[in-house]
Amino acid sequence: MAAVTGPAGALGATRPARLRGRRRPAPGGGATKGGWRVTPWLFLLVPVGMLLLFTYVPVANMVWYSFTSWDGLDPVKEPVGWKNYVEIFTRPEIFRVFLVSLYYLVGAAVQLVLALYFATILSFSTRFRNWFKGIIFFPYLINGVAIGLVFLYFFRPGGTLDAFLAAFGFTGPPLWLGDPSLVNVSLAATSVWRYMGLNFVLFLGAIQSIPNELYEAADLDGANAWQKFRFIIAPGIRQIIGLSVILAVSGALSVFEMPFIMTGGANGSETFVIQTVNTAFTFSKVGLASAMAVVLLIIVLFISWVQRRIVPDERGDLV
Amino acid sequence: MAKRHILATSTAAAMVLVLGACSGGSNGGGDGDGDGPSGTITVLTNRTDIVDTVLQDYVTEFQQTYPDVDVEFEAVTDYEGDVSIRLNSGDYGDVLLIPNTVDADQLSTFFEPLGSVDELGDKYRFIHDKAYDGQVYGLATFGTAMGYVLNKPVWEEAGITEPPATPEEFLDALEAIKETSPDTVPYYTNYADGWPLTQWQSNQGSIDGPEAVNLRTEQDAPWTEGEEQYAIDSLLYDVVEAGLSEPDPTTTNWEESKNLVGTGQVASMVLGSWAVTQMQDAAEAAGNPREDIGFWPMPWQTDGAFHTTVGADYKIAISKHSENKEAAEAWLYWFLDESGFAASQGGLAPQVDGESPEILADFETFGVEEVEIAPAPEGEENLLADIYNTAEIDLNGDQFRRQYIDVARGAADGDKASFFADLNDRWATARAEVVG
Repeated sequence: MAAVTGPAGALGATRPARLRGRRRPAPGGGATKGGWRVTPWLFLLVPVGMLLLFTYVPVANMVWYSFTSWDGLDPVKEPVGWKNYVEIFTRPEIFRVFLVSLYYLVGAAVQLVLALYFATILSFSTRFRNWFKGIIFFPYLINGVAIGLVFLYFFRPGGTLDAFLAAFGFTGPPLWLGDPSLVNVSLAATSVWRYMGLNFVLFLGAIQSIPNELYEAADLDGANAWQKFRFIIAPGIRQIIGLSVILAVSGALSVFEMPFIMTGGANGSETFVIQTVNTAFTFSKVGLASAMAVVLLIIVLFISWVQRRIVPDERGDLV
Repeated sequence: MAKRHILATSTAAAMVLVLGACSGGSNGGGDGDGDGPSGTITVLTNRTDIVDTVLQDYVTEFQQTYPDVDVEFEAVTDYEGDVSIRLNSGDYGDVLLIPNTVDADQLSTFFEPLGSVDELGDKYRFIHDKAYDGQVYGLATFGTAMGYVLNKPVWEEAGITEPPATPEEFLDALEAIKETSPDTVPYYTNYADGWPLTQWQSNQGSIDGPEAVNLRTEQDAPWTEGEEQYAIDSLLYDVVEAGLSEPDPTTTNWEESKNLVGTGQVASMVLGSWAVTQMQDAAEAAGNPREDIGFWPMPWQTDGAFHTTVGADYKIAISKHSENKEAAEAWLYWFLDESGFAASQGGLAPQVDGESPEILADFETFGVEEVEIAPAPEGEENLLADIYNTAEIDLNGDQFRRQYIDVARGAADGDKASFFADLNDRWATARAEVVG
C-alpha cells in the first residue's frame, strides 16, 4: 500500500501497466494515485473552509476597513491610507486605557497561581476531591451576562458583599464599583473567579498525565510535597504553564465582557476593546476601530513571540 | 468523481451556512391575482414585550381589511445594534423601524420613499426627522413629550405642588425632599443602564425653541453659561454634585427604578412621557394609586411659559429591498392610522389632528407649550452628527454624561468648568474640521 500512496512508488517503473493505463483517461478524478494524495485534504476541506470563512476572511476584511474611513453603513468605503494608524499613535488617550489592563494582568497572575495551587492539591487524594473540582470549574460554565448581573448585586451598596462583611463587624464598606480606585480591582476579581476554573482544569489534566511511578520514587527518596511540586510537577507541566501565561496576557490586554456588562466601561473601567467597540458603533468610525483592532492583534502577537523567546518550547524532560 | 462530489457537498454546506444567515426574509410573492395587496410580509419590531400579544391582535384586526396579507413579526432585543448591522445585508424585513445610526443622506439607500414632505405634512407630525431632499422615508409610530417623572406624594410632603420654574428652584426642591424624606433618593440618574441619561438631550429646544439644534451647530462653545446645552448638562451636574442623586450610580437598574419611583423611594427622573404608564403600572403593582405618578416640564421658562420638546419615537419605514411593497405599505398605514398603538402607549398621536394623551393633563394646567425641533437646512442634515462623531462627544449617548457625573461626584479629576471647557474645545475643533 505504501508504494501505491507514496509519490516515489507512483513514479516507479515497476508499476503494472494496467494501472497506469487506467489513469490517463480520467485525469484528476477517480481513485487514482492523485486522488489518494488529496484524500486528507478532502477531509480537511470543511474545517479549513470554515476557518477561512469565519476567521481569516473577516480578519482580512478588518485590515482592509482599517485603511478606509468607513462608517459602518455607507456602501462606499473611502480609502484613507495610513490616516487611522497615525491617529491611533498620535492620540495619547487611546493608549491610556491599556493601564486598566494592568489590573487584569495582576489578576491573571493571581488566577494562575491559585489554579496551580488547587490543581496540585486536588491531584493528590483529598477528601471531597471531585466535589471541589466541580466547585472550582463551575463558574466557567456560567454565561458571562449572568455572572455580570450576579456580581452587580454582589457589589452594590447593601448587597451581598456588604452584608457579608457586616456579619463580621466590618461596617462602612466602600463603593466597590462606584469608587474609581476600586472598580478595576472588583472587576478583575470577578474575572479571576470566572476564569480560574479553566486554568485549573488545564493544569489538573497535565498533572494527572505525569506517571505515578515518579511520585512513588520520590516518596522512596523521602521528598516532601513542595519538593514533589518543584521537581516533578512544575517541570512536567511547563508547556501548559507557558500556554496559560500567553492566554492570560492576551486575555488581560483584550478584556471586554466583564467590564462591558457590569459597568459599560464607565467610571474609569474602560478597556481597549470597549473603547474600540464604542469607536465603531457609537461614533460610527469603523475604519478607525478596525485599525485599533489590528494594533491590538499585533501587540498580542508580539507579546506571544517575546514570551516564546524567553521560554523556548522544549519537550518535557521527565520521562 | 468522488473528489468532485465531496467538494460540491462541502461547498454547498458552506453556502448553506452563509445563506442561512441571510434567508428567512420576505417570501411574499407580490401582487397575486386578486385586487389589493396579498402575500406575506416580515415586520421587524423592538417590542419584544408585546410581539406575541398586542401585535398579534393587530394582525387579526388588520386581516379583516386585508385578508390576503399575512404579517410575521421578528422581535429584536438589541434593535439598534442588530438592525444597523443587518442593513448592509439587504435582508431586514419588509417593514421596520429606522435605526438611529442611519444618517439622513443614507436613507434612500435602505428605505423606500413614502411621499414628499409637503404631501405628508398635511396629515402627519414629526415627518422631518427621517426626511431627505424633500422626501419622507419614515413616519413616527408615536410622539413623546419631554420632562421629568415624579412621585407626587413625596414632592407634596416637601411642600412642592407646582413645577419649579428655574434650575435653582429645582435644586431647592430636591434639597427639600432630601430633608423631609431622608430615605428617598431625590433624583435617580440610572447611570448604569446609560440610555436614561440620553433622555436629557431630548430636552433640547425647551429653552431655545425649534431652532435649538441648528443654533448649536453654529456655536463654537455650546457648554457656555447662557446656552441651552449648558443649561441641560449643568443641571444634571449640579444635582449630582449636591449629592441629590443615588449614592452609587454604577449599580443602578432601570427595571428596578420603575418600582423605586412607584413606591416613592425615588422622587424623580428625567424621561419622556412614554415612561409614565410604566411607572404607573409599577405604582399600582405596589398598591399605590396610579395618580401618584406625575409628569412635569423641565425647570426653565422662556417668555414666561414652560416648554416641552415633543419628539417622535422610532420611525416606521419600508425596506428598499422589500419584494412586496404594496402589502408593506398597507400594513404601515394601517398600523399608524387604525391600530390605536400610539394611544395605547400613552404617546402623542402621529397625526396632525390627533389628541394628546391623558397623562399630559398637568401640562395643560400649567400652560406648557409644545416645541417641535425644526429640520436642518437643506445640505446640513448631517452636520450635527458629523460634528459630534468627529469630536467623539456622544451628544445623544450616555458616555460624556457618565464622565461628568463621575467628575461631579468626585470620582474623577476635574470640575465643571474644566470638563465643560474640554467639551467646548473638542466641539470647536471638530466643527472647524467638518465645516472646513
